Amino acid sequence: MKIVYFAWLRERLDKTEEEVDPPPSVQTIGELMDWLKTRGEEYAYAFDNPKVIRAAIDKTHVRPEAKIAGAGEIAFFPPMTGG
Amino acid sequence: MSGESVRIAAGAIDTAAETRAVAEAASNIGAVVTFSGICRADEKGAQISALYLEHYPGMAEQEIESHVEEARKRWPLMAARVVHRVGRIEPGETIVFVATASAHREAAFQAAEFIMDYLKTSAPFWKRAEGGGKEAWVDANEKDDRAAERWK
Repeated sequence: MKIVYFAWLRERLDKTEEEVDPPPSVQTIGELMDWLKTRGEEYAYAFDNPKVIRAAIDKTHVRPEAKIAGAGEIAFFPPMTGG
Repeated sequence: MSGESVRIAAGAIDTAAETRAVAEAASNIGAVVTFSGICRADEKGAQISALYLEHYPGMAEQEIESHVEEARKRWPLMAARVVHRVGRIEPGETIVFVATASAHREAAFQAAEFIMDYLKTSAPFWKRAEGGGKEAWVDANEKDDRAAERWK
């Protein structure tokens, strides 16, 4: 599945997007963050405090409990500061 | 509703032209309310030379459009327009522009405030401040969350 990153998450990971293939046990956004955290130092740093990270599935805001099955594009980003 | 439009802009926003387009969207418009969010020269007391605005293309437009649509359900609007800058923005430049039009002022005032409150908390834009050789991402403001809460 495709994951896109924004703002300081993008900077900490040094990538705007990637394709990942998490194990079947990873079913929710929260579990996906926990799994990503194990992928290396930069991920551990980026996802250090999952409470402040927001997520979207196919460009719609979702909560950490949201199921990722069938997701086309998952986005992770910090709280929004536009306007 | 005619005159409805949400746009992401890479260059300067012509607020006079945008306001005119909204005011001229229908002949029975009696009130146009506009809001311009301007880049300040300081962020939390520190001087800045510019803001850099990043957004999530597609989702940013979609989120604003859904709240313009919601505003249209709540108030009798005849037109609404939102333009949001991305990229590098210098102090004094307009970051965001909102205009709402209705027959009378109350609906236009409230709808503009409603759209801005939701834009701040749910539209995927992020600000990074540049200044004094340093760069830092701007933190989200709890006050903005409370402002959006009151419309629920």
